[in-house]
Amino acid sequence: MARIGIVAEEEGEARVAATPATVEKLLALGYDIVVESGAGQDASFSDEMYQASGASTFRKEQTWASDIVLKVNPPTEAEVLLLQPGSTLVGLLSPAFRPELLEALSARNVTALAMDAVPRISRAQSMDVLSSMANIAGYRAVVEAANEFGWFFTGQVTAAGKVPPAKVLVAGAGVAGLAAIGAASSLGAIVRATDPRPEVADQVKSIGGEYLAVEVGDDMVSTDGYAKATTEAYNQRAAEIYSEQAREVDVVITTALIPGRPAPKLLTAEDVASMKPGSVIVDMAAAQGGNVAGSVAGQRVVTDNGVIILGYTDLPSRLPAQSSQLYGTNLVNLLKLLTPGKDGKLVLDFDDVVQRSVTVVRFGEVTWPPPAVLVSAATPTRLQTASNAPATAASFKQPSPAKRLTFLLIGILALLGITAVAPPPLPQHFTVLILSVVIGFYVIGKVHHALHTPLMSVTNAISGIIVVGALLQITHANLLIQVSAFVAVLLASINIFGGFAVTRRMLAMFSK
Amino acid sequence: MGALESSKEPILTNDTSALLSAESLAGAAYIVAALLFIFSLAGLSKHETARSGVAYGIAGMSIALLSTAWLALQNAFTNSQAALGIALLLSAVTIGGTIGIRRARVVQMTGMPELIALLHSFVGLAAVLVAWNGHLEDPSLPGALKDIHHAEVFIGVFIGAVTFTGSIIAYLKLSARIQSKPLVLPGKNFLNLGALSTFVGLTVWYVLDPQLWMLVTVTAVALALGWHLVASIGGGDMPVVVSMLNSYSGWAAAAAGFLLNNDLLIVTGALVGSSGAYLSYIMCKAMNRSFISVIAGGFGITASAFKADLNLGEHREISTEDTAELLRNASSVVITPGYGMAVAQAQHHVADLTRKLRERDVDVRFGIHPVAGRLPGHMNVLLAEAKVPYDIVLEMDEINDELSETEVVLVIGANDTVNPAAAEDPGSPLAGMPVLRVWEAGNVVIFKRSMASGYAGVPNPLFFRDNSQMLFGDAKERMEEILQRI
Repeated sequence: MARIGIVAEEEGEARVAATPATVEKLLALGYDIVVESGAGQDASFSDEMYQASGASTFRKEQTWASDIVLKVNPPTEAEVLLLQPGSTLVGLLSPAFRPELLEALSARNVTALAMDAVPRISRAQSMDVLSSMANIAGYRAVVEAANEFGWFFTGQVTAAGKVPPAKVLVAGAGVAGLAAIGAASSLGAIVRATDPRPEVADQVKSIGGEYLAVEVGDDMVSTDGYAKATTEAYNQRAAEIYSEQAREVDVVITTALIPGRPAPKLLTAEDVASMKPGSVIVDMAAAQGGNVAGSVAGQRVVTDNGVIILGYTDLPSRLPAQSSQLYGTNLVNLLKLLTPGKDGKLVLDFDDVVQRSVTVVRFGEVTWPPPAVLVSAATPTRLQTASNAPATAASFKQPSPAKRLTFLLIGILALLGITAVAPPPLPQHFTVLILSVVIGFYVIGKVHHALHTPLMSVTNAISGIIVVGALLQITHANLLIQVSAFVAVLLASINIFGGFAVTRRMLAMFSK
Repeated sequence: MGALESSKEPILTNDTSALLSAESLAGAAYIVAALLFIFSLAGLSKHETARSGVAYGIAGMSIALLSTAWLALQNAFTNSQAALGIALLLSAVTIGGTIGIRRARVVQMTGMPELIALLHSFVGLAAVLVAWNGHLEDPSLPGALKDIHHAEVFIGVFIGAVTFTGSIIAYLKLSARIQSKPLVLPGKNFLNLGALSTFVGLTVWYVLDPQLWMLVTVTAVALALGWHLVASIGGGDMPVVVSMLNSYSGWAAAAAGFLLNNDLLIVTGALVGSSGAYLSYIMCKAMNRSFISVIAGGFGITASAFKADLNLGEHREISTEDTAELLRNASSVVITPGYGMAVAQAQHHVADLTRKLRERDVDVRFGIHPVAGRLPGHMNVLLAEAKVPYDIVLEMDEINDELSETEVVLVIGANDTVNPAAAEDPGSPLAGMPVLRVWEAGNVVIFKRSMASGYAGVPNPLFFRDNSQMLFGDAKERMEEILQRI
């Protein structure tokens, strides 16, 4: 049975890699848990709380000497030396930016798993730390902005006058952006959002924001779940939008990040200068160079015209209990995957893309970067296959609006033509038919899914109404007509009686 | 043609002298009946009101039948065949009613699709006969009305005949009396189009110069078209076909309404027609199929973009003991049945299991995919028959978001409807099809006879997930073994 050590983070980091709640889940996987004394202090988890949930508290060196070490931030050089050779380190290691850390870990002959390298596929969503942290950061960014902003976010009508709602611009509608949009709109602000991927428009709308589209006509469908760098024409139009918005809005929250590259500059110094004094900008990309001219990583800056630019890089850490809980749960989910036997034995399976991707050092051998994984964030190939092979029924295509409009027009014209030339009583019949079809669709649309089979048998029964036609023919003087009417009445009667009887039988079965 | 008092005339008569004649009574009764039919369908929106919905339907039908019979009798006294007519009427209703009720009593719930297909065919045939009578009666009508009458005869015959043979083939396929494999004739789309254009051409000709041979030809063409349309559709698409035929049978009744100048037939036909169309649409959406491609009988599932040799890893097996153990310790269980459960006749055992688990305070629910059965809503009926309470039987959209918080999911005889590739693999032929996201649950136990693919022929990565375990064998026997251990 392996031992997991939860180590304390460096000064200034309030998060911790496990909470008392996640410790219980780790124990259930068969591991022994030790927590470095005071590790959860800043996130309001005391040693006693960890002990109560079944962990033991040790001193620093002993905790680092565990078989598996769980951490939030990358270890320092000194900490790497505390790791036992052959042990496993799990944390946010930013492998793309820290080759020297990977070297050090490999020299120490350990295995290192980077939580920030979890691929963006549905199956790995439960371990996606970047998403869970971005969510917290987006929320906190709004809280920080509200803290600095000298006005209400929500509009009010008070005895002392009317207060207009604050206008918030969120640049980038990724996880962090969406969280910021949600938080700002629930505070009552008017929220606008930009993003190069038009497919996020609906998501923005659903949480109360307004999507500002940059219309240049080339879609940015992402294949790896992250936004890509944008084109020239696009950038120009986007820059115009940002300049327009900067003059108008009170709060700007920028979240634009492109993996492995410096953050794109969205707001220029002129844009910032055009903002009202007292406006607040939260640059969530400050650590990667910033989206806003003049932002400084980790600092609060006030410009000459009184605009406050927050470049905090520790937004998740400013909500330490919440982010520890989510990060800890992400870790539990990863360990669940790595502990198939629930016996406290960690097994790495390199055929599994998730496990392959997170492993950046294996037994001292650097395995970063992993082979590319194509994920389900968007499906650009689908449109292609559909146009190449019309026989592929995989895509259930909606006709384009123009096509639908054409069909509608043709239909209306045809109806108009037919009813205009038809002699009575046809137009009256058409009226009845059309109204009945409309009523039919509304009534049927409300039928409970579970009752669709009884619905079919009832419609079976009532379509036996055709008997009315045959009944009137059965007393006809022509014997041939009488005989065929007889057959028709007989068949329709089977329908009527059989349909109603079987429906009653079925409905009698449904019981609570 | 001796007697010219066609069925059209009574209702059209504007006889102000008799305020309460048989005709005006029938006209009023038809309006009441139409309203009752609408109430009947509206009643089916909820379980609680469903039974009163059927009562409305029966009331409407009785009112329509009695008033029409009264009308027919009134007219009958004017001609010599009246006595025979009345005798025929009574015997037809008695014989038909007896057959209908007997069939309804004995039919197995798994056999519902066949029964419903058969009933559609009756409506189709009745519509053909009524339209033929329209030709034989040949009421003397002035100019344009006569042309319209002729066109209506033709349309009535055509829709009725297509419905008739189509439903017969669907019935034979569903009851496995003929192979359910799609029939592929060379140039099948041209055959269909040819039949349609023959119909249009003959209609025009018939309107200009009505001849009996044209009616015979169009009947034959329509019968052949109905046969060909359904014969070229595969067995797995039958839910769509049956609801489509439901729709056709409605339009056939509506066409008869135009022919006979009877608004009740038009209203009822339109209600049934739109009901069938709506159900077909739901089924198509749930199967990720376009309506046109199902109707045209083409469903080339051999999507080239898909790599069938994908190495999906290894599946794990589970024993019935372990499954029982898993279920005993679970607090929430979701069962997602497919048609395989009905084939294995395991629904009663599943219901027993549900009862036992619920007695142990386990939260058991069912997740039903729209195409789980052979008919829309078929699975719900099968579970209701096995006495599973309907309030724990949820549809896909209701349960999907809760699957991630479910401890154990039992997949019984379902495959494509729980395939994660539909949600995750854009290259899969199933991509975009709505599925039950069972893989988000804590544990998934899959009851299956072998590792074979489902109807769509697509491998299912669910079987290889870390939280999935396979329980091979006959679902009914396995269920029995589990029941003994709980």
